[in-house]
Amino acid sequence: MSEAISKPGISRKALRYRKLRDRIIESLLVASGLVAVFTTLAIVAILLIESTAFFEHVSLIEFFTDTMWTPLFADAHYGILPLVAGTLTTTMVALLVAVPLGTTIAIYLSEFAPYQVRESVKPVLELLGAVPTVVYGYFALTMVTPVLQYFMPELPGFNMLSAGLVIGLMIVPYVSSVSEDAMRAVPRYMREGSYAMGATRLQTALRVVVPGAFSGLAAAFILGISRAVGETMVVAIAAGMQPNFTFDPREPAATITAYIVQVSLGDLPHGSIGYQSIFAAGLVLMFITLIFNVVGFSLTRKFREAY
Amino acid sequence: MSAQVAPYRNVDLLRQGLSRRKMLDQLFVIVGLIVMLACLLVLAVLFIDLIRDGSSRFGWDFFTNFASRRPERAGILAAWVGTSLIMLVTAMCAVPVGVAAAIYLEEYAPKNWFTAIIEINVTNLAGVPSIVYGLLALGLFVYQFDLGQSIAAAGLTLALLILPIVIVATRESIRSVPKAIREAAYGLGATRWEVTKDHVLPYSTGGILTGMILGLSRAIGETAPIITIGALSFIAFLPQSPIQSEFPFISFQWLDEPFTAMPIQMFNWVSRPDPEFQANAAAAGAILLAMTLMMNAVAIWIRYRFRKKINW
Repeated sequence: MSEAISKPGISRKALRYRKLRDRIIESLLVASGLVAVFTTLAIVAILLIESTAFFEHVSLIEFFTDTMWTPLFADAHYGILPLVAGTLTTTMVALLVAVPLGTTIAIYLSEFAPYQVRESVKPVLELLGAVPTVVYGYFALTMVTPVLQYFMPELPGFNMLSAGLVIGLMIVPYVSSVSEDAMRAVPRYMREGSYAMGATRLQTALRVVVPGAFSGLAAAFILGISRAVGETMVVAIAAGMQPNFTFDPREPAATITAYIVQVSLGDLPHGSIGYQSIFAAGLVLMFITLIFNVVGFSLTRKFREAY
Repeated sequence: MSAQVAPYRNVDLLRQGLSRRKMLDQLFVIVGLIVMLACLLVLAVLFIDLIRDGSSRFGWDFFTNFASRRPERAGILAAWVGTSLIMLVTAMCAVPVGVAAAIYLEEYAPKNWFTAIIEINVTNLAGVPSIVYGLLALGLFVYQFDLGQSIAAAGLTLALLILPIVIVATRESIRSVPKAIREAAYGLGATRWEVTKDHVLPYSTGGILTGMILGLSRAIGETAPIITIGALSFIAFLPQSPIQSEFPFISFQWLDEPFTAMPIQMFNWVSRPDPEFQANAAAAGAILLAMTLMMNAVAIWIRYRFRKKINW
């Protein structure tokens, strides 16, 4: 044995070189992994620093109770409520579309569709989520709104309804793919048991699979909410950019994201209160999505472990 | 027990219930198909609508003209050049870093708190709204690093945005390489990097490529973050070409220049009241959508081909 090792081929030096090279490469890989950590830290730091400057001018009480948001006007009001109301309204409309459609598709694909249909429909469905959001915005403004106006003649050209409907459509593939994953994680024997009792596929789906995958479905909806809350271009284009404290989807209103876009389009000097206000708005947005994401991801982990 | 069974002693009743349940079952199959087709139909309507509205603008001039105040003379030259250069920066940054991070997490990382922190961060970043990346870029790249409203700033922003996509896709494809292949290489005395480079990576090329293309197709349509860093929508010049006729032949001047991009140009046209500009917006949108769909199709095709080629 020892003879074999001392033969040329593996010299000690070459071995040491390889080990050194491995060490160097490993540290490069670690550094790449840390980019993700630094990105998060940088996001939090930037948002906090600029927001702190903002909150030196604006009290937290005003920020959360004032019902007007007009940072760029002479008579400046800094109440985030109108923007939050706009965000919640479009999100609600989006959910009313995405949850029924997404769940139906998920049940169909997971419990009914033959293998070939599932494999060919899924990638096409994913394309709905791949369409650039600015294109969806155009679609909402020039196609969905006129169609809605046909049924509701008094609907204004900018409204949250058409923006919300289109966002809902956009997150359908997202909701359906997470829900389908959850349903397929329900073990086969539970279905077999249900069939053996004489249940049809639909009964099995609704009474065994859906309850069994409940935490996964909840996760899908919550992750969908977080998507809808962060959606920017559709609302910026189709819902108008005027802050408007209302929960009526037929009215135009600005969301948190639309406000950030609106300010960015103008030419605000670095360090002004208007500039800082978009970071404060961003912080609120980040906070809302973070809560939904954390809940959503912990629920997905739950359904993956459950069986 | 017998009390519950009793009604079904009546066979007719049982048959009736059964056929009703079977009918509902069939009904759901139809409903499911209709819902699915409706979603796909929307996609088709969207595409046809864009092409129809923009049909008057398609033509060579549209690609070779700069933006203009006159809608019929306006084109997307600055926009598509800007988008291509931004994608170049994005790919150059996101792919190496993303693949390296994925290799670390799958092949190297021990199971400890440090790894857990990286993993949590990757998952969280995937859920951060894109406009927040824009705010990060505005504060960090534009003002702290003093990159200004340049192609480099936009490319880096989008690279951070798609990093989680690249990482997740690469991890998935690395994970699907069987353990036996690694064990065999280790058995012959290969170091960890040699195993990764010579065995794991070649087998996961398909997945990595798919992730890269999907990431770029997401980046190409992202509008909000580049609006936030302040992309201009009216640019009537091209950035300096990266390839020069004189020594040293390659120039990085373009990284520093202001830019516009396809989605920005489209957004600008959509938000103008003049309906003539809507046609330009539709044409730009159709081209943008065609690019995204094509990239997705290529990704699906690559995934399919590599899956077929490899037999463990």
